[in-house]
Amino acid sequence: MVTATPDTSEGAASMALPKLQVTDLSIRYGGTAALSDVNLEVREHEIFGIIGPANAGKTSFLKAVNRMDLFNPDMEVGGEVRFNGVDTSRIRNVYGLRRRIGVVFPLPVGLPLSIYDNVALAPRLAGQKDPAELDVIVERCLQRAALWDEVKDRLDSLGSLLSGGQQQRLTIARALSQEPELLMLDEFSIAVDPVTTMRIEDVLKELRQEITIILVTNLVQQARRLADRTAFFLEGRCVEIGATEDLFTGEVRDARTRDYVEGRFG
Amino acid sequence: MPADPVGASKPRALQAADPAADFDRLNRDWYIDKAVQIAVFIGGISAIVFIIGIFVFISKEGFGFLLGEFSFKEFFLSPNWRPTSEGNPTYGILALIAGTASVTGLAMLVAIPFSLGAAVFIAEFASGKTREYLKVTVELLAAIPSVVWGFIGLAIMNPIIIQTFNVPIGLNVLNAGVILGLMAAPIMTSIAEDALKAVPDRYREAAEAMGATRWQVIYKVVLPAARNGLLGAVLLGVGRGFGETMAVLMATGHSINIPTSIFDSVRALTATIAAELGETAVGSDHYEALFTIGIFLFVVTFIINLTADLVVRGVRRG
Repeated sequence: MVTATPDTSEGAASMALPKLQVTDLSIRYGGTAALSDVNLEVREHEIFGIIGPANAGKTSFLKAVNRMDLFNPDMEVGGEVRFNGVDTSRIRNVYGLRRRIGVVFPLPVGLPLSIYDNVALAPRLAGQKDPAELDVIVERCLQRAALWDEVKDRLDSLGSLLSGGQQQRLTIARALSQEPELLMLDEFSIAVDPVTTMRIEDVLKELRQEITIILVTNLVQQARRLADRTAFFLEGRCVEIGATEDLFTGEVRDARTRDYVEGRFG
Repeated sequence: MPADPVGASKPRALQAADPAADFDRLNRDWYIDKAVQIAVFIGGISAIVFIIGIFVFISKEGFGFLLGEFSFKEFFLSPNWRPTSEGNPTYGILALIAGTASVTGLAMLVAIPFSLGAAVFIAEFASGKTREYLKVTVELLAAIPSVVWGFIGLAIMNPIIIQTFNVPIGLNVLNAGVILGLMAAPIMTSIAEDALKAVPDRYREAAEAMGATRWQVIYKVVLPAARNGLLGAVLLGVGRGFGETMAVLMATGHSINIPTSIFDSVRALTATIAAELGETAVGSDHYEALFTIGIFLFVVTFIINLTADLVVRGVRRG
């Protein structure tokens, strides 16, 4: 299926390269298809939502974008993913690609380093050595992830000893510390309380000014609150892509989308 | 509400006539549980019983010497170990301590890079068949008896060292250190690899997803996370080197010396006990002095283990 890019202002829109362009993407794990024939593009400075039930291939999609297939010899990726117009399967230095893409996994991963070092890791990998600069980055990222107030007095304690929700926000802070061009969040709110979730959502809305965000979520209302456009994945296929409001007002091409969004899925 | 009161339709077996009496009945499961508890308690407590028993035994045998002939100054500060001297036997173990320490030290210089390198390769880089073969090989190496290593030192290393370095004797600190290092490396590799494997993969994935290279992941995340286990591996190696007897007896040259170069022959504490205990009269000063060396070995090993334990705990608390 083809994503119709609405031509709003002819010149600017068509000239701007999509942040991510996915063509005929299919993913198989040792012969079992997880995702087939996905075609979509993510535009610069938009929040692109992906909704869908379990096993729809949402996480696999993110893994393919970040070239995480290299971890798993069983994972075969077909088709083409272009990041800033560059075919990611032909990139020789995948580390360079990954540094420009931040990922937040559904299960929080506080690395067994101090809270400070968790957040300072990415800037350090990028060669930042100035302690004053690092302090600024760490504070800013922890602020944005709504964690600073809780941990500012114990930045030296182990990140892996924080509570689940705190670790999740630490993970978000760490992803932000990469200063990514593209931030991919995979069900980030799964271990976070509703109040904190709303705070982080506000931060994501602000971040849209600077970066592009892909938001995979189980909470359709979260997609509605945040996403400019939303894709609905079902059983390894991308069933629908459209402006988020259209999905929620019933302007859909596939009846299953409406059923899912309205919670009548069975 | 259902007409049936809850519970009336329960199966007969679940309804006890007198519930209180049922709670006091000891059935087979209860007795098995108790028996297993007692059995594992005995197993657990036996380690403490044995360690105390061994300590009491060697202390008892060495006690006479400690009270009589023993002089702290001579024992630890004199390099003269002449227990069989007719007129004036001296019991100084300084040279023996120096022998053991120099050989163990060199062994660790050899073993630590080898074993940590091997462990990092097996745990982080090798995959599939390579990894399985390597693991089996390392385990095979760990199973080689120490007398075989001693033989390798005596028959192979000895002439090689004499030829390569043009020294009169090849049974020396270098020989024993290398042999002991190779001997300790496999078990250290195994322990270190276990420690690395215990670091969850999600840490690696998270770090790699951020754009860390394989080496950065290992250096910045995996090694710090496995720090305790790796330290344990190294200390185990030290303990192994300290306590090893047969290989050092065969490869050091077994001559009393405070070494000034790695080409000097030395004698180890353990080898001294092994070589001399059979020739002493039970209860003689010499016999008791050997047991005093045993007490010393015991105490040092205890301190090494205690240190390891404290360090590991300290690290964990931080």
